[in-house]
Amino acid sequence: MENENFDRDIKATIKKNWRLFKQSRLGMTGLGIVVFFGFLSILQPLLFLTGIWDEGIYHPVVGYDAEKVGRTIVECPTQYPTKEYQQEGDCPRVDEVNIRYLKAFNIEGEVGEIYESNVQPAPPSSRHILGTDSLGRDIFSQIMEGSQVAFVLGLISAIIGVGISTLLGTAAAFYGGVLDTYLMRQSDLVLMLPTLPFLFIISAFAELQIWHLAVVLGTIGGLGGSVITVKSQALQVKVKPFVDSARITGGSKRRIMFSHILPNVAPLALLFMVFSVTGAIASESVLSFLGLLNIDMSWGIMIYLAQAEGFIFTGLKYWWLILPAGLSVTLLAGGFYLVGRGLDDVFNPRLRRR
Amino acid sequence: MADNLIEVRNLVKHFEVSKSLFSRNKKIVKAVDGISFDIKAGETLGLVGQSGCGKTTTARSLCLLDPKTSGNINFYNPDSQNMESFDNINEDGLKTFRRNIQMIFQDPYESLNPRWTIKDIIKEPLDIHNIGSLSEREEAIIEILRTVGLTPPENYLGRYPHEISGGQRQRVSIARTLVMKPKFVVCDEPTSMLDVSIRISIMDLMLNLAKELEVSYLYITHDLAVARYMCNRIAVMFNGKIVEIAETEELLQNPIHPYTKRLISSIPIPDPSFNREKYLINFDELDKIISNNPDEKMVDIGGGHFVATHNTKEFFIES
Repeated sequence: MENENFDRDIKATIKKNWRLFKQSRLGMTGLGIVVFFGFLSILQPLLFLTGIWDEGIYHPVVGYDAEKVGRTIVECPTQYPTKEYQQEGDCPRVDEVNIRYLKAFNIEGEVGEIYESNVQPAPPSSRHILGTDSLGRDIFSQIMEGSQVAFVLGLISAIIGVGISTLLGTAAAFYGGVLDTYLMRQSDLVLMLPTLPFLFIISAFAELQIWHLAVVLGTIGGLGGSVITVKSQALQVKVKPFVDSARITGGSKRRIMFSHILPNVAPLALLFMVFSVTGAIASESVLSFLGLLNIDMSWGIMIYLAQAEGFIFTGLKYWWLILPAGLSVTLLAGGFYLVGRGLDDVFNPRLRRR
Repeated sequence: MADNLIEVRNLVKHFEVSKSLFSRNKKIVKAVDGISFDIKAGETLGLVGQSGCGKTTTARSLCLLDPKTSGNINFYNPDSQNMESFDNINEDGLKTFRRNIQMIFQDPYESLNPRWTIKDIIKEPLDIHNIGSLSEREEAIIEILRTVGLTPPENYLGRYPHEISGGQRQRVSIARTLVMKPKFVVCDEPTSMLDVSIRISIMDLMLNLAKELEVSYLYITHDLAVARYMCNRIAVMFNGKIVEIAETEELLQNPIHPYTKRLISSIPIPDPSFNREKYLINFDELDKIISNNPDEKMVDIGGGHFVATHNTKEFFIES
């Protein structure tokens, strides 16, 4: 009977909060994006397991597909602009090949014929919906792998960061005195620390795996400004009469901290967790782009490869090498941020629209 | 059984403000400045006075929430059947004390943990003091809910504080306070945030429970009508001092101290045609005189009516 009541109440609370969250259009958009990428990251292993995708072809790192692409043979003019081509970089187009290039390799061909070759990077086709990179690896599969990396990194670093900042912030508010002063000055220092240069230095001394990065990002995030915010929230809770009431009854300090103050600080901590995922994903991209991380594949590495092989300066000609990875970083980081905004509406009664 | 449950002697509570690193002279706010009173078993003492006169500070010092600056508080320890001082209290004594002295807060919206169910809130004191087995605790909770008029109790056990009304919340606070059957409860304006129609039912409930469970109250209020309804005796506080203390009717019919007279004359009367003579005093002057005579003694003028004997003529303004 009681348990039923209790369950019903938990369900009612969740239902009420869900209703509030649904009212926030930003939050729902963000949730949609996050769920989409979550789906992508689960989909890839499923495709391999069910055998729909052959690992030899579709593996994001060691896969290779020698897809034949038919390209029209053209002769590029010596002077620009002409009727067809505006400037020198336009010829040959993605679906064309220059006859002079073929002659250099002693390949027969006439202008206007179709020349079949296994060229990389191949543009999107029904076989590779986002094309392949210059090594013949499927871009879509790489995007899926990258979203797994982003989720693992984001969630681990967020959990570590929130755990640290909640514990320290609550302790600072509850015990005060020297501990409070120390923690606040420490978080001032960490706030002033430029995160990215700091990570560069760390990566110079140690080979950074993905979970190393998660721990470092989590620790820096957890010691920084969030300690101050959690502390201020805990201070507000600490002076509430229900805490006094527990003290009068004789509750121990540990009991008051863990059963009264922490549960009331937790929603704010959850909010921080969602926001810090955003920062972690962005930092990973920057570090991978600079080649400072020891991981096989991620969105940052995809952009790094496109840049290192010179495709990034070709404008949108090889768009499938740059845009999917870049958009994924922006979308997932933005998605988590929007979810945070939606949760803000739920947990912060002052923002609530009635 | 001893006569007095609580004896307060010269209780002083000062707060230091503007404690800066470089300023030599600390500013001190004398929130409570040497008050003395007794509370007998089964009696309700009202503590009235204007906002900021130190009523709540007294209550918090009495419950050991804030450490007192000086003075002495003795309480009757039912285990050893003796009056014991707070200063040399041991571990066991503190536990007994915590079990026997409870507090009801003013704001029913803030005094219950919003993330706990009613059952958890009322169960907490039993858990802390490890009273009874689990099933006995459940029974005690259901019984106390019935006692405070939340029936049927099963409907309330799983609810959260935000799901019940203000009056019901205050009943839950009372239930939580009384579930361990304490001897003494400090009530810090428990009805001031409730609307008038609920107020009287909560006060009746508290009076009935006082008789039933033999509880004494220190009832803090700024409303003399409430104090008259609830209390056997009333103490009037002004700027951290008690200026007059007497039986309720005696105090209201025969006030001696000018501040008491001023307080009584300010009670609004719901009759527009009735024009009561206002008794006006100069509060600055009164404050100055009181703080210039820190050793002023209370004088018994008969029948347990004590009054502080300031030179009262100087600050009296003829209206």
